[in-house]
Amino acid sequence: MSSKTIETSATPPPVATNTPDAPIVETLSSKSSCDTPMTEKLIDLGEIQDISILNEDGEVNAALDPNLPKVELLKIHRAMVLTRKLDRRMLNMQRQGEMGTFAPGLGQEATQIGQIYPLQKNDWFSPSYRSFGAQLWRGWPIDQLLLLWDGFFEGFAPPEGVNDLPFSIVVGSHVPLATGIAMGMRNRNDESFVLVNFGDGAFSQGIIAESMNFAVVYKSPIVFVVENNGYAISTKSECQAGIAELARRGPGFGIPSVRVDGNDILAMIVASQRAADHARSGKGPFLIEAVTYRMSLHTTADDPKVYRNDDEVEAWEAKCPIARFETYLKKKNLLDDAAIERIESECEQEVLDAREVFRKKAIAKPREVFDYMYENLPPELQEQQADYFAKLDRKGVE
Amino acid sequence: MPQKTMVEALNLALDQSMAADDRVCVMGQDIAINGGVFRVTKGLLEKYGETRVIDTPLAENGIIGTAVGMAIYGLNPVVEIQFSGFTMQAFDQIEQNMARIRNRSRGRYRASMVIRTPYGGGIRAVEHHSESREAYWAHTPGLKVVIPSGPRNARALLNAAIQDPDPVVFYEPKAVYRAFREDVPDEPETMTIGKANIVREGEDITLIAYGAMMRPVLEAAEDLVDIHHVNVEVIDLLSIKPMDTETLVESVTKTGRCVIVHEGPRTCGIAAEIIARLNEKAFEYLIAPVKRITGYDIHFPFFQVEQHYLPDPDTIIEAVKETMAYE
Ligand SMILES: Cc1ncc(C[n+]2csc(CCOP(=O)(O)OP(=O)(O)O)c2C)c(N)n1
Ligand SMILES: [Mg+2]
Repeated sequence: MSSKTIETSATPPPVATNTPDAPIVETLSSKSSCDTPMTEKLIDLGEIQDISILNEDGEVNAALDPNLPKVELLKIHRAMVLTRKLDRRMLNMQRQGEMGTFAPGLGQEATQIGQIYPLQKNDWFSPSYRSFGAQLWRGWPIDQLLLLWDGFFEGFAPPEGVNDLPFSIVVGSHVPLATGIAMGMRNRNDESFVLVNFGDGAFSQGIIAESMNFAVVYKSPIVFVVENNGYAISTKSECQAGIAELARRGPGFGIPSVRVDGNDILAMIVASQRAADHARSGKGPFLIEAVTYRMSLHTTADDPKVYRNDDEVEAWEAKCPIARFETYLKKKNLLDDAAIERIESECEQEVLDAREVFRKKAIAKPREVFDYMYENLPPELQEQQADYFAKLDRKGVE
Repeated sequence: MPQKTMVEALNLALDQSMAADDRVCVMGQDIAINGGVFRVTKGLLEKYGETRVIDTPLAENGIIGTAVGMAIYGLNPVVEIQFSGFTMQAFDQIEQNMARIRNRSRGRYRASMVIRTPYGGGIRAVEHHSESREAYWAHTPGLKVVIPSGPRNARALLNAAIQDPDPVVFYEPKAVYRAFREDVPDEPETMTIGKANIVREGEDITLIAYGAMMRPVLEAAEDLVDIHHVNVEVIDLLSIKPMDTETLVESVTKTGRCVIVHEGPRTCGIAAEIIARLNEKAFEYLIAPVKRITGYDIHFPFFQVEQHYLPDPDTIIEAVKETMAYE
């Protein structure tokens, strides 16, 4: 429960150059100008805050507590519970053959809900594949997410009125799109911002570096969230990068950054709110590193026993983001065991109801595969489509 | 002889190549401790250690680019790209360096290396995990492109690719990975890159395919022979580039009819190239227009409908019957 500082250079505690007010790009470039005297000196890369507000026992640092109103706290709690219920149910459905391969998000509920919390309807979100908690918050119907993970293309389409991109499977590939949207906002003096998330593994993709650089060069309103969940499939974060704190990469680009306990919903909200304010007020991009842990499988095709031991997983179980938030809410007299049980069964029911809707909608539509290739299907493709339809007719497929 | 799946046969090729030549090293995402997501590199870390079995950061362009550097330095990297869909991230280093370093250095340096990567549909995967884009690499000057169809030729072809002095793109039909077992001898086998294999001899019509499509083609061939009394000749291309034009031309010169099958998109696909070569070298022997059964020019559909996208035995039989009926 602290807000400690990671030093990014060997200098004595430096004056932060990456505070929201400092013109980052100018500062750095002026320091590297070539008319400097012939001396050796240190370049100050600023400092990065590491934020934790709610500890594993549900104790809170009162000075840092955002003191959210009761309704908000309960809404957040419910979203986290719903995310977990859906996650568990999908795993169950997958194991019973009713769902394709999917990527469980167990343990990352606070990271998900915390990052999405400050977004308004007009803001944009470019998610990766382990983001369905945030997608639910944004208004994606559960049945649609089920369709998507069960191999129905229509599940990918963002619902009307939701400014989200279809989530990204090719890691990192969705990040420049987010930066581009933010550049568009900057062009149009739009006061919205863009949120984009990606994993510790994805952060090794060159395109993310390019996207961060564009964002800062064009001072665009975008918040980058790197969800450092310890692994990229079997690859531990320490084999992925030479630094433990991925937030350190922000200042290198001139992007202010914070590192957050990603299993601490209050810290996540504080950081995300700060990042959103920064982006909205025209100060350019912001980077959040959410430190969390992938409690479950990489995907349902993965066997983590090959590369990690149970002790490690158990140690993280004690850091459960939902349990500690519930302790906090109980201490505030906002929840008791009975209420938790009721919320859990309501969320479970919501998922089960959605599963029924999904089952009704889960009808393959093989005739649609050409429909969204072009605005107008070129004649040569119409010919291929006719061939394909003839094949379906021969097979007696609707 | 031991019976092996393609995964096991590939593992054997890697193991024996690494044992025989300490310049051979494998690198890629999740290949060391995890043994690769398809387990092709399983057990290699324990045998050869982390300097030769290298888990990399999640960066395909970085993997290929650094492998080219290692090859210039004299090593022989065998890179795994987890799914061929992600070779697109490395288009830059494949096209700009891997394919060109020999020519650019006027022969001083070479990129003797292999990119192994699973391709193709049929495993109920999410988007980007089912593509067949071999035509991209065949279109890139400086590369060789090979695609095995079964455990035994996979092992021999991988050995050949590793020994080749030039960069080889080695596409692995993931639908075949564990589909069946075959006798694979313990003693190392290799084969010539650029040679096709006549899997079945016949007089009436030539069926050409490669990789995962060999299975529906052979299934169709069986019915064509048994039920429809068409004596088909079946050719497994094995090497997309260089292509064994001679064998193809010889066969079509004999049969006068030809059907080509691949799952990649149609336009500028491998079938188009084969047809052009037949046109150049066997035109006067053709009795019927050469037909191609291919994927469509659309993105590979989500898995609920993928079976309709992929060429199947019935469609192949139809095409053969139509081609046979042409006078
Ligand atoms: C460009 C690319 N390469 C490889 C993959 C295969 N792959 C899927 S997820 C994954 C690991 C991603 O790890 P990370 O970015 O940390 O996200 P996490 O899965 O932990 O949420 C890999 C290698 C991919 N989807 N995209
Ligand atoms: Mg990760």
